[in-house]
Amino acid sequence: MSFEVLQGKLRTRILELHHMANSGHIGCSLSCIDIMISILCAKNEGDTFILSKGHAATALYTILSELGEIPMEVMDTFYKNATTLPAHPAPLKYKAIPFATGSLGHGLPLATGIAKANKLKKNNHTSFVLMSDGETNEGTTWEAAHFAVANKLDNLLIVVDKNGLQGFGNTLEVLGDTAAAAVWTAIGFDVETCDGHHLKSLMETKAELLSRKNGKPKLIIANTIKGKGVDFMEGRLEWHYLPMGENLYQKAVEAVRSAYSIDSN
Amino acid sequence: MRKHFSEHIERKAKEHSDFVFVTGDLGYNALEGVIGVMGDRFINGGVAEQNIVGMAAGMASTGMQVICYSIAPFIVYRCLEQVRNDVCFHKQPVYMVGNGGGYGYGIMGSSHHAIEDIAVLSPLPNMMCYIPAFIDDMHHCIDAMFARRGPAYLRLGLGKNMPDGYGLTDFGLAAKANPEARLTVLALGPVANNVFAALKEHPHRDKVEVFVINRMPMPVLPHEVSASIGRSGNILVIEEHVAIGGLASAVSLLTHENNLLVNRFQSLRAAGYPDGTYGSQAYHQQQSGLDEQNIAAVIHHYF
Repeated sequence: MSFEVLQGKLRTRILELHHMANSGHIGCSLSCIDIMISILCAKNEGDTFILSKGHAATALYTILSELGEIPMEVMDTFYKNATTLPAHPAPLKYKAIPFATGSLGHGLPLATGIAKANKLKKNNHTSFVLMSDGETNEGTTWEAAHFAVANKLDNLLIVVDKNGLQGFGNTLEVLGDTAAAAVWTAIGFDVETCDGHHLKSLMETKAELLSRKNGKPKLIIANTIKGKGVDFMEGRLEWHYLPMGENLYQKAVEAVRSAYSIDSN
Repeated sequence: MRKHFSEHIERKAKEHSDFVFVTGDLGYNALEGVIGVMGDRFINGGVAEQNIVGMAAGMASTGMQVICYSIAPFIVYRCLEQVRNDVCFHKQPVYMVGNGGGYGYGIMGSSHHAIEDIAVLSPLPNMMCYIPAFIDDMHHCIDAMFARRGPAYLRLGLGKNMPDGYGLTDFGLAAKANPEARLTVLALGPVANNVFAALKEHPHRDKVEVFVINRMPMPVLPHEVSASIGRSGNILVIEEHVAIGGLASAVSLLTHENNLLVNRFQSLRAAGYPDGTYGSQAYHQQQSGLDEQNIAAVIHHYF
């Protein structure tokens, strides 16, 4: 399966889950699914991945089911009573989800701790964490960032899903650009910026950063579009929250099929 | 207790190669020996308690045991969500160590006191709070904490020695059962020192049965305690902690659930800052009625 087809296929699955559940957080998952593909489909044994923006759980669930980490039949239980797949990831349910998240600002300290442990154990594992740009408002971001620099954690790779929208406004208007490359570079991070929906670019940027054993923790600022792949959702704050009715679901699926050249099967 | 804690931790560091110690930039004149033994497994995480606890959970998820050390209120209140979500929900062996529980930091003021810490932490899933009263049971608590290998909080206080006649139990300390007891006293952690001082010359000391509790939560009433209550019919709970969510709340619930007949139930507890003034630990204990003289007077009323 080509990456383009996978990008489309996982998007239609995300839409399907949200349609089944009549739930929101659609735009957030469509914003970061490509980043997850770039990390999880090329992860080495021993590497860890933490989804810090836990509200993009459907993106995580769909790719983990694609990779065989979550049984397909369990996916049908999403958002229902007695599920192991609530709207934000649950603790201690799946090996590939090492930590439950949902409250923002937790993933980076966790991933930083894992990176520090890997250094103490002198192994070559990489600790990946995916954050939202709004999430970089959280104070723990800066506590962990300074620790990572001071401890030379070049085995830590943060990807910021920079779609420019947060819970109740544009990131620039809320607290300013707390995910600005200049800020992170000044702290001491090794920073690269790329198109967060272009898989080749994401993977090359990741490989380039990890090849630099320079003692600097790594950051990819992935420029993204909230709701990417569904034209009427793209760049719109309301698709952080809204569920889809039947008509909009059909339109959304058509939009994805058209954008990613996949057939209706 | 801090000195003895450091010495014990040095021994643990030698026993457990998977053990990491993270301090929130505290430990001057106390942890230097620990640094010497632990090398790169001793980490100063800076003045960043939330990150320290989150990181500790991350490290623990790779198979390590991690102590997060600070002054008690700093490692409890600011990072509560990290303790709950990252440590407790995931059953990680992360041990929050808070120095100076209760009014331990005295004149340093309310920011440095922890009189609601057990109420805050003990209801969290998988959490065990250790509140050693003496040097002897502190060693026992640390060993139990490492053996349990789950979320834990260790509240450090004064470092005195265990009184004669008392032995370690799985809930704290107890003496041989006293069939003549007319009052059952339960004391949480180091404030038990004041209880023993109050009883030393007390005319009714032979009719008082004291249990020192050093673990919370208390899911069931220890059978030695319920047997004592059955004999005495009177309960006095003493804790350097607010009543809500502390030992008094737990004992009250359990005595009711167990249908124990109680003539009188009394709680001496941290009163906060009743007149808005500040002083030493002894001053705050006195304001709360937790001092030796008041405890002696309260006990006297039972006879």
